[in-house]
Amino acid sequence: MYFLKRIAFIVPLLLLISFLAFLLLKLAPGGPFDQERAPASEAIRKNIEAKYHLNEPTWKQYLRYLGLMWERDVASGELQRVNGGLIVGDFGPSYKYRDHSVNDIIAQALPVSLTLGLLAFVFVQCVGIPLGFYTAVRRGQLGDHVGSFFAVLVVCIPALVVAPVLITLFAIKWQWFPPALWGTPWHVVLPVVALGLFFAGKVARLMREGLLNTLQSEFITTARAKGLSEAKILWKHAFRLAVLPVVSYSGPLLADLLTGSFVVEAAFQIPGIGVFMVNSMLNRDYPMTVGLVILYAVLLLVLNLVVDFSYSLLDPRVRYD
Amino acid sequence: MIDEGPHVMTPANAAGMFIRAEHLSPGQRAWRRFTRNKLAVISLCFIAVLVAIVLLAPWLSPYQPNDVSDAQFEKPNAQHWFGTDVNGRDLLARTLAGARVSLLVGAVGTGVSLIIGVLWGSIAGYTGGRTDEFMMRFVDILYALPSIIFVIVLITSLEDIVKKFAGTTAFGVSVRLLFLFVGLGAVSWLTMARIVRGQVLSLRERPFVMASRSLGATHARVIFQHILPNTLGVIIVYLTLTVPSVILYESFLSYLGLGIQPPMASWGSLLAEGARQINPVRIYWWLLVFPCVTLVVTLLALNFIGDGLRDAFDPRSDRA
Amino acid sequence: MKCSVHALFQLKRAFCFLSSRRTQAGRLSVLLLWLGFAGCTAQIPKADLTVLNGPDPQSLDPHIVTGQADMRVVLSLFEGLTRFNPVNSDPDPAIAERWHISPDAKVYTFYLRTNACWSNGEPITAEDFLFSWRRLLDPKTAADYANQLFYVRNGEKFYHGKIADEKQLGLKALDAHTLQVELENPTPFFLQLCSTHALAVVPGRFIGQQGDKWLRQPNFPCSGAYQLEFQRLSDRIRVRKNPHYWDAANVTLETVDLVSCTSPTTAMNLYKTGRADVIWDKFLVPVELADVLRHGPDFHGYDFLATEFMRFNVTRGPLTNPLVRRAFVQAVDKRRIVERITRGGERVATHLTPTGIEHYRPPQGLGYDPNAARQSLEQAGYPGGKGFPRLQYLYNTTPGNERVAVELQAMWRNELGVEVELQQAEWKVYLDLQSKGNYDLSRGSWVGDYKDPNTFLDLFTSHNGNNRTGWSNARYDALLSKANQERDPGVREKLLQEAETLLVRDEVPLLPIYIYRGQLFFDDNKWEGIHGNLIDEHPLSAIRRKGEPQAKR
Repeated sequence: MYFLKRIAFIVPLLLLISFLAFLLLKLAPGGPFDQERAPASEAIRKNIEAKYHLNEPTWKQYLRYLGLMWERDVASGELQRVNGGLIVGDFGPSYKYRDHSVNDIIAQALPVSLTLGLLAFVFVQCVGIPLGFYTAVRRGQLGDHVGSFFAVLVVCIPALVVAPVLITLFAIKWQWFPPALWGTPWHVVLPVVALGLFFAGKVARLMREGLLNTLQSEFITTARAKGLSEAKILWKHAFRLAVLPVVSYSGPLLADLLTGSFVVEAAFQIPGIGVFMVNSMLNRDYPMTVGLVILYAVLLLVLNLVVDFSYSLLDPRVRYD
Repeated sequence: MIDEGPHVMTPANAAGMFIRAEHLSPGQRAWRRFTRNKLAVISLCFIAVLVAIVLLAPWLSPYQPNDVSDAQFEKPNAQHWFGTDVNGRDLLARTLAGARVSLLVGAVGTGVSLIIGVLWGSIAGYTGGRTDEFMMRFVDILYALPSIIFVIVLITSLEDIVKKFAGTTAFGVSVRLLFLFVGLGAVSWLTMARIVRGQVLSLRERPFVMASRSLGATHARVIFQHILPNTLGVIIVYLTLTVPSVILYESFLSYLGLGIQPPMASWGSLLAEGARQINPVRIYWWLLVFPCVTLVVTLLALNFIGDGLRDAFDPRSDRA
Repeated sequence: MKCSVHALFQLKRAFCFLSSRRTQAGRLSVLLLWLGFAGCTAQIPKADLTVLNGPDPQSLDPHIVTGQADMRVVLSLFEGLTRFNPVNSDPDPAIAERWHISPDAKVYTFYLRTNACWSNGEPITAEDFLFSWRRLLDPKTAADYANQLFYVRNGEKFYHGKIADEKQLGLKALDAHTLQVELENPTPFFLQLCSTHALAVVPGRFIGQQGDKWLRQPNFPCSGAYQLEFQRLSDRIRVRKNPHYWDAANVTLETVDLVSCTSPTTAMNLYKTGRADVIWDKFLVPVELADVLRHGPDFHGYDFLATEFMRFNVTRGPLTNPLVRRAFVQAVDKRRIVERITRGGERVATHLTPTGIEHYRPPQGLGYDPNAARQSLEQAGYPGGKGFPRLQYLYNTTPGNERVAVELQAMWRNELGVEVELQQAEWKVYLDLQSKGNYDLSRGSWVGDYKDPNTFLDLFTSHNGNNRTGWSNARYDALLSKANQERDPGVREKLLQEAETLLVRDEVPLLPIYIYRGQLFFDDNKWEGIHGNLIDEHPLSAIRRKGEPQAKR
């Protein structure tokens, strides 16, 4: 019931988010068609703005974007709904890439970011969870100190330093991997590591925190009193609850990873959504920005829902009404 | 009997310690636990020393960060401990100037997020009901919007307007810096609001709050004098963990060209410049290594302090 | 589509892993993920030539694009009456086999090749050219380069909507293979204009059928040496040899990849690891390494018609006084900037028009003279910079611009005692501020479209939208207008020199800084047919592997 309510809220939430994004970008000075070489006359600039309806008031442009605009047809004189719009799943034309629509661009770029993001997610969990587990179990010993230090260290180094360093070492010096672009499994390795390292550190710390907390709880003491082996306690009982902070972090984490990290995509020249998102804002490509923001929001909302659901599966004490 | 020294836990000793601890306030107890954490204390000292050096740098250093010279791309040597950059500016002076800007941006940005987040979260948590629902939905919406869009709009549109009014005064000159403070704070208050709201929600039902209300305290007094001080622990911990993320976000903005206005430097802009130096032909390694190491060590210190504080405020403090 | 379904399936698997207690299943799913994606990202065969082109093209439509990288792609797909000679960028016969120029140099008659065909086999006719050039001038197309056809009779009037009838344009198709063009004035560089991308021929009938989406159709007809194979945004554009091209016998490369790349470091990395064969965008050369790379083996430097300069907003405060502007110009040590900051072999510029254009020697402008600068400033009423208001120098965010800006600021402070604040702006904001005249000093540059001083000097006429300084001088306008009607090259040179002297010595609404240096990277032992030239155009049809006389099959 609770989850059905949440799902029902998604659509109005998306509408609101898209309107906010639309409005905000309109506030920034400069338009999509400002070029270094100015058009030969003011009339031409007006022409092109009229072609893309940029001379209309903002609310009207937004309605047109949604597909909720009715206009009198010039030939027949009757009121017709203007074609396209968000209602039918058309995200509109891109103002920067004049031959392509936003749907085209998303179709090209989304699989790339999905691949990168999912693999990075797997990397983060495969490195972070075991590391956190290990440092919690070896608490206070050398293993803990080294592991924890490493986890904190990677959280402090920004990706814009990690990426070039990885490229110079592994792609140029030792030539194990290609230095940039996309297309083969070999192209995937370095970007995944560059993207995932930071989050792996965070997950490791969360895991450590979670496990240490869980090991203090009453039911663990009960299990110990019952005489269960330490290994069984850790794996069968503690892990399930200890991983909860990681699970609840996984939702926004996955959404962030899936929509691509701009820095990593720019450093490796990967044609993913992250680069398109930031560049569309810098180019004032309104439909593309709003389209990508909606995509990001959908991912985030859906993933949060999934995370909350799996939360209730993992921890029997959690109930939603 | 030979006195074996204070480290032996005899019943008398134990009783004495126990009695003494009872008189300490929670804050003082937390401080005690904090000081037992060596790493956290070292980090705190490091930050203190860094701040001192940064404040005194203009008088200590023979070079100013914006002094252009002919000594281009010099390796670290006796005159320039960190080397120089393309315009012949001393890197040590620029790193310290960058530290000043980054720490300021981190502190003020975090402060802004603190104020907005605490106010929003405490009002939402305390009022409850529809207002709480509405306020938190608003937070959810903002959470789903990529923060970069706010920053771009803020910096590109408002900067121009303020410049028109403030013109060429000192205020006008540092407009970009001001917007960085506000912008960075404005994108990081969301989690703070959620945390504070959670805390306030649970504290609201406590007996001491009800007692205070029945004695006639106003809502504001209850919030500020009773509830918030009890959330202080969580807030402080979260603050020390927000500062690194604000500083890292500023470096991302500098990478995009939306960060600090040259010729001012911040760690972010120095790092972005240094990252460009990594190439297979010739590496001016000092341009990357020194700012990067300084940044990483400072962020590490802040993280250790945050960890120490979290352990210190936590009643179950028998963790290492 | 297959990939995203696959991706979602793996996503579900990843979640199962999280909540599962069995890490064996987790490890298995990781392996499956890897294999799944390995299959998903199928490898495409390598192209014959991989070129790092520069920023992603905005469009493939010749009438829309304005960027240099875009133009290069467009010129490989669409050709015009003439084409750029790879060695000296002179106009060579292309779709026009030969032409006849009338004695008054106002009427050009072009005789098209009978074997010139579109990539779908249909012949290219004079009607196609009529359609294309009218489309360029059509106000509805809103083409930024339409002013290149203003030299045609009634071209400008048609563009501004003063004439609605296309037939009044000075364009006529005498028959299927003969095109007649009437010009407003004798224009010595008209044949060069015919080589540019804007005057290339586009498929009229196809556009008529498909409308705005014609470039999204697979296999749209191309008139150039290549046709489009596929385009992956922000990645690469692959072009394949056009078998119906009139000169197809001499085109040796079957497929060429034009890769989008904006980071100079990445470009260098790709080149050094052998994944790219040619770098031909000047901005893909890392500024930091310019001095080292210049002496490297694969480097080719050449003169190129582009100037970096700074605009003064002559309507603002102290800048209305030419003495102040002259002081600013003479206080700048351009040699220092070129030798220490840009270090790419650029040449100091005291004039706007770069050297190298035939029949034109640009006049000397104001050089580095700090004493004269200080005197000028004193004469203007600001001795030692006292009382001079704080000005702002606007530039768009690139590392190179920032370094130059820092130097300029220091020079003005040290030599004149004047404080100039740096204002770094994001690209769109920079364009917006500049076009609205909302700046004091602003960085600028201009790349020449054809080999004639007019392409540069035209900038600062009163009605040119690219002027943006607020400077307007009737005598300058008159000189240029007279020069463009003059047929004698010697007389014309004198007129243009007079105009430029007025521009860079007397009035100085701009501060010329340096002349760009073209930079090309390729291995001389592997490739030939790529030459540096003044227009910086390197037609793909001329490039061939060394030692391979026949086309690869």
